[in-house]
Amino acid sequence: MNLKKIIELANGHLLTPQTNINIEINGGYGADLMSDVLAFSQPNSVLLTGLTNPQVVRTAQMAEFHAIIFVRGKQPQAETLLIAAQENIPLISSPFGMFELSGRLHQAGLPSFESNESN
Amino acid sequence: MSPTSPLTRTPTAQETRGRRDRSITDKDANAINRVEELSYDLKIHEVMTRQMKIASPEMPLANVLEILRINHISGVPVVKDSELIGILSLEDIVRAMQKNELSAPVSQYMTRKIITVASYDSIVSAIQKFSDSRLGRLPVLDENNKLVGMITKGDITRGILVALQKDYKEEEVRRYRASHLFEDIVSDRTTLVLRYNIKAHDFTHGGNASSHIKRALLRLGADPQTARRCGIAVYEAEINLIIHSTNGGILKLEVESHRITMSTTDDGPGIENIEQVLQPGYSTATEQVREMGFGAGMGLVNIKRCVDKMDIESTVGKGTKLTMRIYVPTENLNGRKDD
Repeated sequence: MNLKKIIELANGHLLTPQTNINIEINGGYGADLMSDVLAFSQPNSVLLTGLTNPQVVRTAQMAEFHAIIFVRGKQPQAETLLIAAQENIPLISSPFGMFELSGRLHQAGLPSFESNESN
Repeated sequence: MSPTSPLTRTPTAQETRGRRDRSITDKDANAINRVEELSYDLKIHEVMTRQMKIASPEMPLANVLEILRINHISGVPVVKDSELIGILSLEDIVRAMQKNELSAPVSQYMTRKIITVASYDSIVSAIQKFSDSRLGRLPVLDENNKLVGMITKGDITRGILVALQKDYKEEEVRRYRASHLFEDIVSDRTTLVLRYNIKAHDFTHGGNASSHIKRALLRLGADPQTARRCGIAVYEAEINLIIHSTNGGILKLEVESHRITMSTTDDGPGIENIEQVLQPGYSTATEQVREMGFGAGMGLVNIKRCVDKMDIESTVGKGTKLTMRIYVPTENLNGRKDD
């Protein structure tokens, strides 16, 4: 699914206008626990999270997420925006909560990229 | 002339479905992204043909047909007093031929409704006009509305290919230089060592070192899967240093042709019961650390999952050394097996 379409579905607001949103996203993953993100996510997906500190971007980069959506209208810290711009990872703010947004994206056809097996 | 070019005809319903059903791999996605980016980055004047054939409105159609034939083109802009007034395409000439009117002037058969593009626009605007209009070539006007060139789909393809090749070459050169380290420098055993100083409690810069390490590994020719495993392991280890160490510590990466060794060393506080810290969910992290999404007691468990070998040595009051090792298949990192 194109990130543009995901932003639309999320009623989202792009916080990093310089990043490219014309990219393909293969799946979604939601968590507030960064170790879970690192352990159970698959590359090339979008991360839904309620955390807004710079570590979220670093975690996303290590786990190879293509975009991050902050749920419940949360606004990231300035440092977070800076790193995201540097690493070219689009940040999006959505008014929906984690459950609501996961449901909306999944229903629109975005598969879950949560993996249970260890790699 | 071919009846329908594959570029202009509308795809059948089955073809469209087929394309949707095909899952896009990471590799495809990357290629598409860069091409899409380029279609915004590249400007029309960078790819258009400047040396173009033109026709005047008084010219007999037979002469234009000759121009088209000699130059292997399918249409020309019609210019009067250096102003673009129409386009004459092979199709227009075919219409004239049917009426046996090849001696008629261009102005009688040319298309007056012209779709043009601006030289300073991105090629994506030309791509859109091509797909909307199904035309094969479009005249290019500059900011003063003067005709400065023609653009075809072929020009766009060529422009993108040239740009992609340039990108590819630049990355290849970087990769070549780095990945041949192990072949170009002869020794009985070559090791590249990278060291990073990690400050205690510096969450803001946490992960910077891991980010550099991952990039270095990719440059050195590691496959993406190996780079991802190393990245995640070293990131968890870096975060551990930031959370737990008294005075920070050193993060070290040692790359050899057949294996990658990552380690963190600190001078305290040390771990009392190593068995216990290896239990999933065991954590001594503060509430502040947990609020940041860490300290759930999964760090070492994660590291263990990512690497082939993990080892912890620790003495309370002296410090901790964590060693992580990943063995690299021989064809990666361009190395020869040396043991």
